[in-house]
Amino acid sequence: MTAAPSPRRAFSGLRRSWSEGRIAPALIWGLSILGLIMLFCLLGPLFIEPRDALVGSVLPRQSPSAEFWLGTDAQGRDMLTLLILATPNTLKIGLIAGALGVGFGTILGLIAGNFRGWADAVIRIVADAMMTIPAIAILVIIAGNIEQMTVEIMALVVASLAWMVSTRTVRAQVLTIRERSYIEVARVNGESSLEILFREIMPNLLPFIIASFVATVATAILAVIGLEALGLGAPQEMTLGNTIYWSQQSSALLRGMWWWWLPPIIVIALISLGLFLTSIGFDRFANPRLIRA
Amino acid sequence: MSSELARYIGMRFIQFLVVVFIAVSVNFFIPRLLPGDPIESLIARLQSAGGSQEMDSQAIIDNFREKYGLDKPMMTQYLNYWRDLFRFDMGVSLSSYPQPVSQMIRQALPWSVGLLATATLIAFTLGSVLGALLAWPRSGRIIRTIVPTLLVLSTIPFYLLAMILIYLFAVLWRIFPPGGGASPTLIMEWDWPSFVNIVHHGMLPGLAIVLGSVGIWALGMRSQTVSVLGEDYITFAEAKGLAPRRIFLRYGMRNAMLPQVTALALSLGHVVSGAVLVEVIFNYPGLGALLYNAVRGQDYFLVQGVVLILILTLAVLLFIIDLIYPLLDPRIRR
Repeated sequence: MTAAPSPRRAFSGLRRSWSEGRIAPALIWGLSILGLIMLFCLLGPLFIEPRDALVGSVLPRQSPSAEFWLGTDAQGRDMLTLLILATPNTLKIGLIAGALGVGFGTILGLIAGNFRGWADAVIRIVADAMMTIPAIAILVIIAGNIEQMTVEIMALVVASLAWMVSTRTVRAQVLTIRERSYIEVARVNGESSLEILFREIMPNLLPFIIASFVATVATAILAVIGLEALGLGAPQEMTLGNTIYWSQQSSALLRGMWWWWLPPIIVIALISLGLFLTSIGFDRFANPRLIRA
Repeated sequence: MSSELARYIGMRFIQFLVVVFIAVSVNFFIPRLLPGDPIESLIARLQSAGGSQEMDSQAIIDNFREKYGLDKPMMTQYLNYWRDLFRFDMGVSLSSYPQPVSQMIRQALPWSVGLLATATLIAFTLGSVLGALLAWPRSGRIIRTIVPTLLVLSTIPFYLLAMILIYLFAVLWRIFPPGGGASPTLIMEWDWPSFVNIVHHGMLPGLAIVLGSVGIWALGMRSQTVSVLGEDYITFAEAKGLAPRRIFLRYGMRNAMLPQVTALALSLGHVVSGAVLVEVIFNYPGLGALLYNAVRGQDYFLVQGVVLILILTLAVLLFIIDLIYPLLDPRIRR
């Protein structure tokens, strides 16, 4: 028996779900919002002068006007330029951390689900325990002890605390897929357990891995922004979290400089909402039992 | 006690021990395994701050090493660390020298627990009721507009909501104070004015946590209620002619609440993470702000102590929830 042509199977499933109206409006909304943000990141740089985001390049403390659409901060940075340059940086850290976390989580989930036994017990207990630990506590310990924080280290640190969801999802799926009859057929046909894992089980995991990737990226982005807002990020990078931190340090809130902190909050909220809706939409697609809900 | 219940409690207790073990080990090993020597960088900071180049820094470093046992093998240090923890000895704060870390934590803990417990209880109750109502076919249009709005709010991190709330209610309209746990002039006593003062200061941070998390509970409760309402016993109850209110409360909500309690246990860590940042934004005198100030001041022992207590408090809380669970769900008790 040859392996099932998995991508095609996944796509025909997608088409069927679409025609049956199973793709939730949440997915459409979520992807639209994310698309809008991508457009902002891609097209924004065409209209700006990157230099304006440097300290002291424009008049400081200007409220929004025709010249500075989103005003300028206390250090003389143009906020719109800063926002256009910071958003892709934030997304980048989130995507790297999300990919690392899901990769790590998927491998652990596969090990746990496929080999069972003590490996499964250890991975499950540790994953469950880690889920109840407030991530910020461990993030602060790590970030506070790193002398020179960079974007890559940041992503790695956040990923080390964002693998549990995908481990649990993948493990649960492997356990159910293992019981399906086509796995039995493959085994009778003499496929080795590794072949079964990669050719029979993996393709069926794809929708679940994608769904947990979206959820993990959301968690990772919020964790990164949280660390940055505490002043534990890579200080030289232009990111949304650092912008929040700078505005807090200059007490922009009490000085009434809403144009400093509100736009990054709105962008963060949109990213978070977009990812949240997409992940809900994907969940329904990947997990048809939820459709009743 | 049946063997099943004993097994359940035993498993939960192992889980609790694993959390404690991870927390303590992470706390011990991460600072020691990462590059950079905390004592040397501490001395360097002290030197640059004091401006004195003359002191014999090597002697001070050796002294510190000996005092904290840093010259002993790693395993010995690790065991000593555990021993000290059992005595609630978490070292001495470097930024508010020589105040013991445990004392600073003891002052901050009630603020955090009070704020978080109140806000989470309100959000959880409100969210569960709203979520159940959203799933109930008879509920009106208002519910159907409020809940999705709250859901959108819940995707925004608490501390960002907190910033918006401060701007609206403390800067623009000046209804609530922009930060702190109580008025600086207040003399804390067990009386009414103190209580009002504390609640007044707690309103905005509490509101940020409630607004940010009520949607999460509502979403979970909604899907639980939908699946419960599809059960046969609901159809049977309707056929019996029971009042809709009774079906909703006794048959629908009651059964949907069980998974909600599990969700509460799983989401508390997330809520605590968010609340830490809220405290920072409000400069609330709890563990979150203490942690932030410790990080800013590179107060090594204080950071470790707060992180440890944060994780342990949560682990104890979750263990308590786990112990209550069999009382709610008779299936485990059997």
